[in-house]
Amino acid sequence: MTTITTLKEAIALHVKPGMTVALEGFTHLIPNAAGLEIIRQGIKNLTLIRMTPDLVYDQMVGMGCADRMIFSWGGNPGVGSLHRFRDAYENANPHMLAIEEHDHAAMANAYAAGAAGLPFAVFDGYKGTSYANHNANIRSITCPFTGKELTAIPALRPDVGIIHAQRADHDGNVWLDGICGVQKETVLASTHTIVTVEEMVDHVSESQGGCVIPNWVIDAVCKTPYGAFPSYASGYYERNNSFYLQWDEVSRDYDRFLDWMQTFVLETQDFSEYLKKLREAKYV
Amino acid sequence: MSSLSFNLQEMMTIAASRMLAADDVCFVGIGLPSAAANLARLSHAENIKLIYESGTLDTKPKTLPLSIGDGELSDTALSVVSVPEMFRYWLQGGKIRTGFLGAAQIDRFANINTTVIGPYEAPKVRLPGAGGAPLIASHCQRVLITLRHSKRAFVERLNFITSVGFYEGGNSREELGLSGQGPVMVITDLGILEPDPISRELVLTHLHPGVSVEQVITATGWPLKVDADLRTTPAPTTEELHLLRELNARTQEAYAPDGLST
Repeated sequence: MTTITTLKEAIALHVKPGMTVALEGFTHLIPNAAGLEIIRQGIKNLTLIRMTPDLVYDQMVGMGCADRMIFSWGGNPGVGSLHRFRDAYENANPHMLAIEEHDHAAMANAYAAGAAGLPFAVFDGYKGTSYANHNANIRSITCPFTGKELTAIPALRPDVGIIHAQRADHDGNVWLDGICGVQKETVLASTHTIVTVEEMVDHVSESQGGCVIPNWVIDAVCKTPYGAFPSYASGYYERNNSFYLQWDEVSRDYDRFLDWMQTFVLETQDFSEYLKKLREAKYV
Repeated sequence: MSSLSFNLQEMMTIAASRMLAADDVCFVGIGLPSAAANLARLSHAENIKLIYESGTLDTKPKTLPLSIGDGELSDTALSVVSVPEMFRYWLQGGKIRTGFLGAAQIDRFANINTTVIGPYEAPKVRLPGAGGAPLIASHCQRVLITLRHSKRAFVERLNFITSVGFYEGGNSREELGLSGQGPVMVITDLGILEPDPISRELVLTHLHPGVSVEQVITATGWPLKVDADLRTTPAPTTEELHLLRELNARTQEAYAPDGLST
């Protein structure tokens, strides 16, 4: 049964220390508001999964929320490095971050296997690469029909999957449009799911285009306007490219990062207050 | 000859764009490959199909995307598919003719590293990692690579093979069972390298105008072989330069300081 609730309540109810959590979004519809709420609630020891960890995972890692990260590309898109991620991995600051590294094909297949209720994914990748030397979860499997050697990796099955979408209706059916990445698979692979949305509407349908995720696989829907900022929500707002550039500056130095997070995240009640404060400080 | 002066960065993008066929189906990496692929679409390859790993099939961006999933890519695409569909059906399924990749580092057999400089567990520089590149390198029918030429990029030995080119040379790529034929060309800001048909080692086959062999050798971290029939890349035409500069200007303008539009 889907509950229409606040993001604060949904995170408090579903996300617990030590859990495996996936906040997915492929450049578009990145659930930034949800990540910041996890930081606000001080939830630690998480295993974070995401194909393309960017700013919000940099923030979560820098604030010490994560013990482990499973990913396939970690950077600030169009800008460069994630400084907090690198500092955690290279210098164990604020503490050690273990990583399990893949490529996109592996992650996409592992989510699809999780969604399909399979224990592992099989695909034709990684041959000749160095991945398996550093990741014990990459194994080889022989096709029982042809004898072809293929690659097996465990399915991804997050305790909690979190995505951002454009709309939900009052029954909690969710509608998203544009680049949908691996979000549907994330929802279907996860034990519990939280979806933040730009707006609540009377009725969603695929006759409006896009993709509908029915309510019985969604635990919580939380109206969170601009919840993907600084990424974009097609039909609602554009990517804020200058914020990605500014983040490069803010995140370079650990103390400046901590001050910034204190001011804008820990000392704000929710995402709308965070955005208001960012506007006042001329970050947006 | 061109009537305009040009720089080597422009020469690299233009030389790379020429390697795409008019009817190519190209899986495009962000950055240098994206600039070259879009220039191809705007010049000689009007009907080229450009594909980005965010799920956009046959996209026609007016400006160069900053990220692999910009709205400009989905808004101008023929179809937007999910990321699992992209990697499973389109790429692994062998539906893409040309993969176009950038790289942080490359070795003599055109293997690529975008993962780490130094030991994996104690890195000198931790790079973003693979993204979709490994399956692009293994499963597209052919691969083009473009990157700037320097000793830091063209190295004797990679710390990590992110994406496989010709592996250990000779037939070793085929022995791995990879479906695509591998890298056919590496286009840099100094010239063009192509694999030797037997050893599969990269050989300098073209120099860009005004570049010397010594310059390329100095910028390569292994003893670079030079083709006996070394040619000069044709200089950019006036039209190629105009199209590239217009594309860059449109892109600059589009990404001028922005705000949260409310």
